[in-house]
Amino acid sequence: MSTTPETALPAEETAGHGDINVGVTGASGSGEATASATRITPGNALRPEDIALAVSRGSAKPSEDAAEFALRLGDDALILAQRLGHWISRAPELEEDVALGNIALDELGHARSFLSYAGGALGEDGTARSEDDLAYFRSEHEFRSAALFEQPNGDFAVTIARQFVVSYYQFELYRRLMSSTDSTLAGIAAKAVKEVDYHRDHSAQWVLRLALGTDESRQRMIHAFKVVWPFVDELFHDDELTGRLSEAGAAPQPSSLREDFDRLTGEVLAEAELEVPNVQPTPGGGRRGLHSEHLGYILAEMQVLAREHPGASW
Amino acid sequence: MTTEPQAGNVWPIWEVFVRSSRGLSHVHAGSLHAPDAAMALRNARDLYTRRNEGVSIWVVPADAIASSDPDSKGSFFESPQGKDYRHATYYIKSEGVKHL
Repeated sequence: MSTTPETALPAEETAGHGDINVGVTGASGSGEATASATRITPGNALRPEDIALAVSRGSAKPSEDAAEFALRLGDDALILAQRLGHWISRAPELEEDVALGNIALDELGHARSFLSYAGGALGEDGTARSEDDLAYFRSEHEFRSAALFEQPNGDFAVTIARQFVVSYYQFELYRRLMSSTDSTLAGIAAKAVKEVDYHRDHSAQWVLRLALGTDESRQRMIHAFKVVWPFVDELFHDDELTGRLSEAGAAPQPSSLREDFDRLTGEVLAEAELEVPNVQPTPGGGRRGLHSEHLGYILAEMQVLAREHPGASW
Repeated sequence: MTTEPQAGNVWPIWEVFVRSSRGLSHVHAGSLHAPDAAMALRNARDLYTRRNEGVSIWVVPADAIASSDPDSKGSFFESPQGKDYRHATYYIKSEGVKHL
């Protein structure tokens, strides 16, 4: 059977992704199935672009509740990514620079996926919003991230303590979210949980080394957990939204993650010969748009370029 | 994890070997700094498998590797030159020999 030149084009060229053609929608001609012995493929995974496409085509549409929930998780990841990005070129060693940069990029990927999905719920003017609309053109009180994520990097130990809490929390959350009745949330979680699992390992390794290292590193690790721990409780607060989502099987109640979080972080802290800090929890309020003084500065830095030059691309 | 931390806050160097998904053997990918073997593996994962390159990593303390002396190239590596008889192609099949 003969083919015309048009139909003989390889799938990669028609899809417009060149060598990186891994979209879920066009998975038949990509990924592991056609991997060659000599070409390294990026593998097959759910990408933010796939979600944005599904949202624009209308094949993925979040309920109002699911969108609000995606906004919370997306904002958590986005603000943390922005914080972690600040370490690039400033970490104690080049290798750690890359490690923190990788974690920041993982979190940014999760943020893009969640925000792309959240944008599928119509805005006040009745149109869908893009991830960029949500990231760059909302103001402080419209962000739904918990206070922990916006806390300053502090020294390396504070960053590690914050990352330790975040990754153990996110792992328990995403692990459960994989069985969500909302298939997009489940898909994002399934991709993210593997990455967050590595973040747990990375931070736990550092907690052990700093706590069991020198007197100086141990004091810094102890101090870091005191700084970070007041923000832990907020992560596990239930509210009306999570109640409705839990009822619908779309998301777990945050409080249901606490037992596993306490047990698993407790194991690492015990091995590191550290106590769970006895500190007063902060009242929280990030899920309702009430933030600490830090978020405004983060947003100013993160949003200034996009707001100065709306629609610019580079 | 037997490598002791070095004095002067300098992390030791580790050589990294990565086996690609379809490769049979680990191939030297490069080197990095790490305080111990466990962190060396993690740094190697972050530095050398970012683009889906590998399914297995080895790390070896650089000072555990003994290497040949670049200056003794002649006596070490040039002696086999001209020794055709070390190659199978040197030999002619004798008549009547089966199963070759």
